[in-house]
Amino acid sequence: MALPPLNSPQWQSPWRAFAWGLRSITQTILTIVLFVTYLGIGALAHDTHFSLLWALCSTLFVWAGPAQIILITTLGSGATVIQSAIAVTVSAIRLFPMVVSVLPLMRTPTTKRRELVFAAHLTAVTLWVECHRFLPQVPRERRIAFVHGLGCGLVSVCLTANAVGYFLAANLTQTLGAAILLLTPLSFLFSTARNSREVADVVALALGILLYPLAAKMNSGLDILVSGLIAGTIAYGVHWWREVRA
Amino acid sequence: MSYAQLIGDWHALAVLFVAGVVPNQIWRMLGLWFGGGIDEGSELLVWVRAVATAILAGVIAQIVVEPPGALASVPDVLRYGSVGAGLVVFLLTRRSIFAGVVAGEVFMLAGKWWLG
Repeated sequence: MALPPLNSPQWQSPWRAFAWGLRSITQTILTIVLFVTYLGIGALAHDTHFSLLWALCSTLFVWAGPAQIILITTLGSGATVIQSAIAVTVSAIRLFPMVVSVLPLMRTPTTKRRELVFAAHLTAVTLWVECHRFLPQVPRERRIAFVHGLGCGLVSVCLTANAVGYFLAANLTQTLGAAILLLTPLSFLFSTARNSREVADVVALALGILLYPLAAKMNSGLDILVSGLIAGTIAYGVHWWREVRA
Repeated sequence: MSYAQLIGDWHALAVLFVAGVVPNQIWRMLGLWFGGGIDEGSELLVWVRAVATAILAGVIAQIVVEPPGALASVPDVLRYGSVGAGLVVFLLTRRSIFAGVVAGEVFMLAGKWWLG
């Protein structure tokens, strides 16, 4: 499926643009990766004694894989609401630069901020990646509708995966349950690595993984924030150094 | 499947909003509110993006190093080996996410079977 050319009359209706966004979920391997990841989240919710409705609400209203996994894992292991909230908010900081970098792609001089609220809610790593890929092929005044379609399609896929994973976990052996949980780190690692185009991204990813076990030894409760800040700043240093030399 | 498994109680849903939805959504809304004035290619944004990537990397490491639920039944060496095997295949297949995930899973299941 190829998107219509930018000057095609197909783009005149916002509903058609929404439909093109919806159909675009079939054009990316990341849809399968998301399905697999949310299969794991559904299984995790079951294993930690959350209800199916709870799992579906977390996908609808949180809509960020890492935050959902952290929330389920911490609450499931007896953390307080405050401790879980801190861990979730730290993992969600990365949404800030994603929203900041993706919204200008959809904005026109007359766009009001409230028109972008739903697009901001839908923004997560997959949508961020796909926006950079698809939006140059979409006329600017139809991009918000297109993103709404793309996002609604991805959310639907994930809600389905949650339900399937939840039912599977109720019926699988421990080994197969472990296999479903392992899908999460594998799919996140490789999709992030695939999206790393610049050296700074690769350094941030590799150092972030290597520094986490060291930061965890400090047992500060802010392990991920500490390792993330250090690894990210070193990666930025590498980027800066290359820019200066170039 | 019981009512408790399908619906659960309202208290758990309230915790979901306080500990999950609000602390997560706040960053999106801050991005929406303050993002307008920031230049996409600015140095600040390059730094924030690098930190965001490293935080996500930390989450990935955490799940493998301190595994939740059924994954804790897999020995340390086997979990690290699975990620390593998946990474090698991912790189050899010119960054195929699918091949990497399948290789990691096969390594883990084969190791579990071999260890008995």
